[in-house]
Amino acid sequence: MTIALSRRRLLGAAGLAGASMALPGMAFAQAATAKRLVFVIQRGAADGLAIMPPMGDPDLMRLRAGLTETEATPLDSMFALHPSLGVVSKMFANGEARGYHAIATDYRNRSHFDGQNVLESAASRPYELPTGWMGRLLPLLSPDDARALAMVPAVPLALRGEMTVSTYANNRLPDASEDLMQRLTMLYEADTELAPLWTEAVKTKEMAGDIGGNNGRNGGELGKLAAALMNGPEAARVMMIETGGWDTHSAQKRRLSQQLNGLDTLISELKLGLGDAWSETLVIVATEFGRTAAINGTGGSDHGTASAALVLGGNLGPGPKVIANWPGLAADKLYQGRDLAPTMHFGEMATAELSRHYRLDAAKVSAIFGA
Amino acid sequence: MTGKVSIAQDRFGLGARPDQLVEGDPQEWLLAQFGRYDPAPAMIAAEPSSKKMLGRLIAYRIERGEMRRAAQRRQREAMETGAMASGEDAMMEEPASNQSRRQLHTSYATGAAARVSSALSTDAPFVERMVHFWANHFAVSADKGTVTPLVASYEFEAIRPHVLGSFRDMLQAAVLHPAMLNYLDQTQSIGPGSQMAVRVANRVRRNGTRREIGLNENLAREIMELHTLGVRSGYTQNDVTEFARALTGWTIAGFGGGRNARNQNGEPGEIVFNTRLHEPGARTILGKRYAEDGRRQSLAVLDDLAKSPATARFVATKLARHFAADEPPASMIARLEQAYLQSDGDLPTVYRALITSSEPWTEANAKFRNPWDWTIASLRAVGLDRMPGRRAALNAFTQLGQPVWRPGSPAGFADLASEWAGPGALIARVEYAQQIARRVGNDMDARQLAQNLMADKLNPETMQAIRRAESPGTGLALMIASPEFMRR
Repeated sequence: MTIALSRRRLLGAAGLAGASMALPGMAFAQAATAKRLVFVIQRGAADGLAIMPPMGDPDLMRLRAGLTETEATPLDSMFALHPSLGVVSKMFANGEARGYHAIATDYRNRSHFDGQNVLESAASRPYELPTGWMGRLLPLLSPDDARALAMVPAVPLALRGEMTVSTYANNRLPDASEDLMQRLTMLYEADTELAPLWTEAVKTKEMAGDIGGNNGRNGGELGKLAAALMNGPEAARVMMIETGGWDTHSAQKRRLSQQLNGLDTLISELKLGLGDAWSETLVIVATEFGRTAAINGTGGSDHGTASAALVLGGNLGPGPKVIANWPGLAADKLYQGRDLAPTMHFGEMATAELSRHYRLDAAKVSAIFGA
Repeated sequence: MTGKVSIAQDRFGLGARPDQLVEGDPQEWLLAQFGRYDPAPAMIAAEPSSKKMLGRLIAYRIERGEMRRAAQRRQREAMETGAMASGEDAMMEEPASNQSRRQLHTSYATGAAARVSSALSTDAPFVERMVHFWANHFAVSADKGTVTPLVASYEFEAIRPHVLGSFRDMLQAAVLHPAMLNYLDQTQSIGPGSQMAVRVANRVRRNGTRREIGLNENLAREIMELHTLGVRSGYTQNDVTEFARALTGWTIAGFGGGRNARNQNGEPGEIVFNTRLHEPGARTILGKRYAEDGRRQSLAVLDDLAKSPATARFVATKLARHFAADEPPASMIARLEQAYLQSDGDLPTVYRALITSSEPWTEANAKFRNPWDWTIASLRAVGLDRMPGRRAALNAFTQLGQPVWRPGSPAGFADLASEWAGPGALIARVEYAQQIARRVGNDMDARQLAQNLMADKLNPETMQAIRRAESPGTGLALMIASPEFMRR
């Protein structure tokens, strides 16, 4: 005979460790504020010059008239915002969004995979560090604020570090039986690789509950799902959301409009879903590198160097709408004669935003980024 | 527990099958597969060729273009006459287009089902694994619309026939297959100084603009970075651009529509070298000068890339990672590199060096199975020859995190446990294991099966859990979800 344990009881029975950890966590929840951090990674090199076009730069139209949306929303005397980012443009108007331009990591070559490795690890070169900047940030936060989740089947590099991170991949497979779950818990117990993954999996599965029907395919669904997974006292506070499709070598104008519309909806739903928690939320949207200053032969752009990053949230504090030390797009100002030159480091931007958001010592935060 | 039989079956092969267990020496069992591998088993031979699919794709694009123009014409006429365009007309024509599109996508589904079926029933599972390895090395991704209808034929035409040939031949077949030309934008890359570009530059459209055509360096870069030399191996941006110039001219006849397509010699769907698109002149790549020689110019570059020591090292490292450990041992990389260089990239020679290396045989379960491997091994374990239902074949892999032929990037799927071993992935596998068990489980004795399939790697704890399971089905699910089965 087998005893049918409910999944909730299974979780409780997983050991005293689970129970004892719940106590300080609950105590903390009453004292500290519930800060949230969302990193939206744009994999594939998003074109910062199209997302936040420098309309005031005399060389912009000479280089890339075919990639520039003329009805972009002006942000200041130099920069504008792509028209597909309608909700984000309202956030800019309300002081809930900030742009950074001509920004880059230390990486200067043009491989997506190496570039993403550096963006996530915040190392000075690819494969130098086995951990990510978010993973190294978590130990600096209160235990409650450090509950992290990635919306992919395995933990991405950015979140790897000494703390445990959950992952949540949406799927429509039927639930496994309680008997199987229980026996596997015993079977995985002795396996050092699988045991922690299994504990996280069981926990996350419980919390995802009734939103299993969402397929997470478009930005809106993804934003809704992310918000749902960040709501509630035991929910994740740090989240990484993956977006792809930014590698616009051809027909960029149409493709980028669709991409940015998806991003806009994602952010809109995220804000809506987080409700009051939005005022304690920081969202960072960044890519591994930018794209060539000039249009290429196929109505697109090729791999470049500096790009733009977006920061959103309900409590960004005062400051200009766009922060940039603009290098200009004149031929002699371009990096290697072809790309927007980097004048600001990704780590510098992230340090400023994270230390303000979490009220952390800037020196401590900048150590995460190797400074 | 030495685990040599399990290593042969699971790490080198595609997972143990009750009717195909290793007999005799495990290394001999692997080497003997070279002789019985079938590049085109019946289920694969029945799939449409790339030429056929391109014919359909071109017809679909023409049909869609005509429909758009007709719709615009109707709209114009309606505006001129002041009448509303009839909704009925639009509705009558739309389904034809949808039907063609469905047809294009069907070949992806039937092709993927054929791939699964071949992997399940093959008696040369090591060679079949190498097909999957190379298809992922030279990755194309079906999430690009012009690749979807071609992706199955890509593996069947460019990879399968060359898996026991030379790297050079496979490289050429992969790079010049229409799926790759479309995937990495080669069909749109035109030499800025070519006859075509010069003519277009001189022509002003009615609205005063000029069409922009020119170079696209995507294919050239990924050949160097991902197919041959490997990233950070010393080539420069200039090498990439020069190689891109040399590659201009390669395109698909009849593709792209309009005057451009009509001017290409060749039957629609044929891979052609169109000198009118080619950037004229000599090129210098990695310090070597290549004289203008039409199509032979870029073929000579490809041959030199295949011969490069950097390529040998890059390929050797990926193979060692696939068969020994996520952190591949330097001794093994060096051995494979030597085998590659001494044989001029002869793949069976490299495989022999791989199979006779000691490193892959020392530790059982060193590699975490990726979702493809794990699913195929699960289905082989219960003796299935094909996945039940065409759609199921595709959905299951998507839900498990590795959609067939859809790596989403030209780098292909990663070959590291950290990419696949996550809480979400684990729970999805457990749920899928239960699904398989529900289908076949109660007809099988998992206790017997586990002994047969995993004799030399089965842990006593797993055996005990299977024995105590509430039903034969749960026992089978436990076997498939066990820690030993998660790895190869």
